[in-house]
Amino acid sequence: MIDWLPLWLSLKLAFITMIILLVIGIPIAWWLAYSRRRWTVIAEAVISLPMVLPPSVLGFYLLLAFSPAGSFGHALDHVLNIRLVFSFQGLVVASLLYSLPFMVNPLLAGFKNLPPHLLEASRTLGKSGWTTLRYILLPNIRASLITGAILSFAHTIGEFGVVMMIGGSIPGQTRVASVAIYDEQQSGNYALANHYALVLLSLSFLILLVVYTINRHFSQSKSIL
Amino acid sequence: MTPDHFQKPAHPETPAPPFLRFHATKMLHTAQGPQLFEVRFELPQGQTLAIHGPSGSGKTTLLRILAGLTPADTGHIQVGSETWLDTRNHIDLPTRHRSIGFVFQDFALFPNLTVRGQLEYALPPGTRKAAKAAGSIIDELLQLMELEELQHRRPALLSGGQQQRIAIARAIARSPRLLILDEPLSALDDEMRHKLQDYLLKIQRHYHLTTLLVSHHLPEIVRLSDNVILLEKGRIERQGPPAEVFADKPHITITGVIIDLTPTGDTFLVRIDCAGTTVRLTVPAAKAATLQPGHTVTIASTLLNPNFITH
Repeated sequence: MIDWLPLWLSLKLAFITMIILLVIGIPIAWWLAYSRRRWTVIAEAVISLPMVLPPSVLGFYLLLAFSPAGSFGHALDHVLNIRLVFSFQGLVVASLLYSLPFMVNPLLAGFKNLPPHLLEASRTLGKSGWTTLRYILLPNIRASLITGAILSFAHTIGEFGVVMMIGGSIPGQTRVASVAIYDEQQSGNYALANHYALVLLSLSFLILLVVYTINRHFSQSKSIL
Repeated sequence: MTPDHFQKPAHPETPAPPFLRFHATKMLHTAQGPQLFEVRFELPQGQTLAIHGPSGSGKTTLLRILAGLTPADTGHIQVGSETWLDTRNHIDLPTRHRSIGFVFQDFALFPNLTVRGQLEYALPPGTRKAAKAAGSIIDELLQLMELEELQHRRPALLSGGQQQRIAIARAIARSPRLLILDEPLSALDDEMRHKLQDYLLKIQRHYHLTTLLVSHHLPEIVRLSDNVILLEKGRIERQGPPAEVFADKPHITITGVIIDLTPTGDTFLVRIDCAGTTVRLTVPAAKAATLQPGHTVTIASTLLNPNFITH
């Protein structure tokens, strides 16, 4: 019998990560798109690192950083009473870093593809940066917002290496669907592993289908509207 | 809808006190290397000043410094009783606190807002609700610019001339103290350009706007502006009424489209269609090599050699 808990945990983790990434991704992408400082290049490279880094590398360093044996993990544990190793909170923090480029990069492209004078035009009309972002910039990068949200959601669901390093496989805490597949396969339960795998496969396919449908819709509506 | 700053000075005969005082310097990094931009001028209320000059002479820089979009190295800008820029006293009013209407060369319309939405967005937050209820300036502008039928459309599908009118209406909606136009009509064909000049004149008279206008187009400058500044390499080369500034420019300019070029010995006969009449010109072969049928050209001449036809 399939245990739905790992799937539920995966969805919960992905949803929380997506929401937080939306909140922090917009200002980061805004800053990268409009700052004239040269070292934004470095920031861009750092943010995109998880795209090329083996997840186990990210997980390994996060494990070192979060470990209560280290000074940062120790401080978190004693001062804030937060433990990020082998806990759901830890998975959220790791997922934020792991999926950050999948949110920031589409938003950055969206901001950069906007007609060049929109921001300045809004300033000459007496509007603050916040008003401009809220009423002009964000509505015009809707497609990028949706793409970023969906991709970071999907990427978090597909997370495996990082979870293995930092989360382990605690049922209801860190045993997400991708880990459950591995566990069942290791225990020889191929049918069960297959169930999880099939659900993830269909989910991933559906998500990408939605992304491409949205992109097509927006690229068409751009030329028609 | 006649705020104080739109009203004419009481005695138009006496020289109006300068409404705008502008002085700015900035090191420009142009394709030809570094170049100092240093411009100083004054503009009375209700007047239109055209800025003319070759590309790279600093026309757009001037407008952008005035709008606060580009920082000046040093400078002082006074508009009425307000100081917008005073580098010595570290005053640099942010763009959004400068009462301007800026019309960008590419119009910069907001793709997500309807025509009416663009104008409503331009209103100051406090007045937006009141204006929405009363309609007031928005309906007036839509009517003046003949945009009423388009007011619920989004800008992307509209023609260049329509977008232009929206951009001008949007710039004026907040009743700015200064209207700033950066080559607003350059993307339009001649017929549309002429029509929009009419709209601009209508708007300027209606609201008695103080206007700065960058333009390449002599007829436009003559039609729209009281004074013109000729910029050259970041400095004012000449300034004054257009008739004086352009006194040693060609007296007659005719613009038309080349129909064909026919070789006649060393020279070429070029036929140009100018608003329905065909003008024939003899052009040296070297010059003809740069021309092609379909090109729009302006014929400039200080001397005509016509055959008079008496009626």
